[in-house]
Order: sequence, then structure tokens, then C-alpha cells
Amino acid sequence: MNNELYEILRYGILGGSILLILIGLYAALTKRSLIKIIIGLSIVDGGIHLLLIGIGYVKNGTAPIFSPGFENSTANMVDPVPQALVLTAIVIGFAVTAVALSLVIRLYRHHNTLEIDEIKNLKW
Amino acid sequence: MKKLIVILLLAVTGYFMVISFMDLGKDGPVVKNGVKDFYLDKTVSELKVANTITSIVVNFRGFDTLGEVTVLFLAATALGGILYKKRHHVGERSVLFPSSTIVKAGSKLLFPAIILLGVYVFVHGHLSPGGGFQGGTIIATGFLLMLLAYDNFSVSHKVLSYIESFAGIFFVLFGLSGMFMGKTFLENFMPVGNLNDLFSGGIIPIIYILVGFKVAAELTGLIYTVLNEKE
Repeated sequence: MNNELYEILRYGILGGSILLILIGLYAALTKRSLIKIIIGLSIVDGGIHLLLIGIGYVKNGTAPIFSPGFENSTANMVDPVPQALVLTAIVIGFAVTAVALSLVIRLYRHHNTLEIDEIKNLKW
Repeated sequence: MKKLIVILLLAVTGYFMVISFMDLGKDGPVVKNGVKDFYLDKTVSELKVANTITSIVVNFRGFDTLGEVTVLFLAATALGGILYKKRHHVGERSVLFPSSTIVKAGSKLLFPAIILLGVYVFVHGHLSPGGGFQGGTIIATGFLLMLLAYDNFSVSHKVLSYIESFAGIFFVLFGLSGMFMGKTFLENFMPVGNLNDLFSGGIIPIIYILVGFKVAAELTGLIYTVLNEKE
């Protein structure tokens, strides 16, 4: 991979993940529907995962897996620590989303609406 | 007005994120002299596991994974507790529209293949990309397909909770036997074999298979609980 392509890739991944985080925060802060707020939080999750993976990347890197033929390419391997971290973070993010959605189902059952404006005592 | 405040806030946040993150990796790897080389070296020389991420998740940070599995279990329990109500008639679900014959026949055809793929992914978790969490999720998607296609398809919560409990208990038991046979919790006390063999890595594949069963059972139960929700 030449230098220019690597720069474009790096800026793309880091800038894109920052953009994703901001989009998710915007959705979570301004939208009035509870489902959309949860979607926003999920987008923040995805952005943070992409940012962590992007930080762990090295130039001309390969996956940190010693498959046949790649046993001696240790120097080229990307950092495995952020990937392991992100594996944990995805599972935790999933658990958080599941619990949040169950709370939304419960709220819908009580108030018959998903708009937070119409649910009293829950205004921004 | 509110949106303007939010946009201003996010602009400030974005500015600081850009100036702190955009220069990362400009000259060489971001983390120098980190634990990367230690992990890559030990994975091949000591554990004989091909996938470094698996060796980190299950062996070096195995205790973390136990906590993670516990969090997933707690989420499933919390979901069941929040959505609990006395069910008068279990078995029929409220579906928006009945699925057609094509969907039914197709999902019957795909279901075993999806289960097989999930089992493949978590059995080969120490050799190729994938592992217990990923394989378990694939199996749960197979169950989701069946639950969406057939409105009378049901899974037994009892069986699911037995699978879940046994997988969790055996995870802890393997950790404790590492403590008794070696020095530390989750120590790799079994013979490690050769690199890139299916039977290699000591307790790592066994624990990842257990994690796969646990995640599959938990996610299936979670999906089933939410799908059974009705007005």
C-alpha cells in the first residue's frame, strides 16, 4: 500500500468514526422518539468501536492470526489488544441496547406512546 | 433553539476529538512498546493458538470474559424481569402478517445450515476469525429466522436456562481447576498441541465452545422473550 492511500484510509476511518459518534449524539439529544434515541446510542457505539479499531491499525498490517503462511509476519500484524477490547465492547453494547429496548416496551405499555414529549416527568 | 445548542455542543466536542485523534498513526504505530509484541509472541510460543484475539479474550484476559458473560446473563435476566407479566396463553404470538409458503420452506431449509455455520465458527474460534460470541450470535439468528417464519415455533425456556447454567458453571469450574493444577485462575493446564491443529491450545477452545453455547442460549431466550411480547 502506498503512502497516499494509507493517509486517505487513515483519515477516512478516524474522521468517519468521529462523524458517527457526533451523528449518534445528535440523534440521542434532539430526537423525540425513544426508539430513535436508542438508535442514536447504537450509532455512538459503532463509532467508538471503529475509532478503537482504527487506532490499532498499523501500515500494511495483517490480521493478528497465525494462519498457515502467515506464521512469520509478526512485525506486520495489527495491534490485537483494541480488537479484543472491541469484542468485549460489542457484547456490552448489545446488552445495553437490549435492556434499553425492554424499558421502552415497558414505557409503551404504560403510556401508549413512544414520544417523550407526551410522557410526563420525562422532559429534556 | 434546542437544536442550535446541541449543534454548538457537538461542534466543540467534534473539534476536540478531531485535534486529539486525527494525528494518531501518522508516523508508525500509535502504541509503541505496548503489550502487543508480548501477546503475539506468547500466543505462538506458549499457547499454540493461531488467533491472537482468542488467546487474549480467553486466556490472558479470561477473567474479563467471565465478567462479560456475567453482564450478558444479567442483561437477559433484567430483560425477563422488566418484561415479566403473567402469561395466560403461551405458544401463540401476535404476528403482523402470516408468512408465506416460500418464507416458511426457505427458512426450514436455511435453519440447519445457519446452526452448522455457527457451530463451525465457535469450534474454530482459536484458528480462524470468530469465536464463541460470534458463533453464538449466528445460532441465535437461526432461531430468530424460525421464530419469524413460524408463529407456532417455540423454544423451551427451561432447556435454554439449563444450557446457560451448565455452560457458565463449567466455565468457572475450568477456571478453578486451573487454580488447583497450576497457580492462577483460568491457567492453561492441558497439553497445548501444535499450532493450527483443531485440537490445540489446551483449555482455550473448550472455554470458547462453552461461551458459544451460553451466548446462543442467552440470545435465543432474549429474542423469544421480546417476540412473545403483546398488548
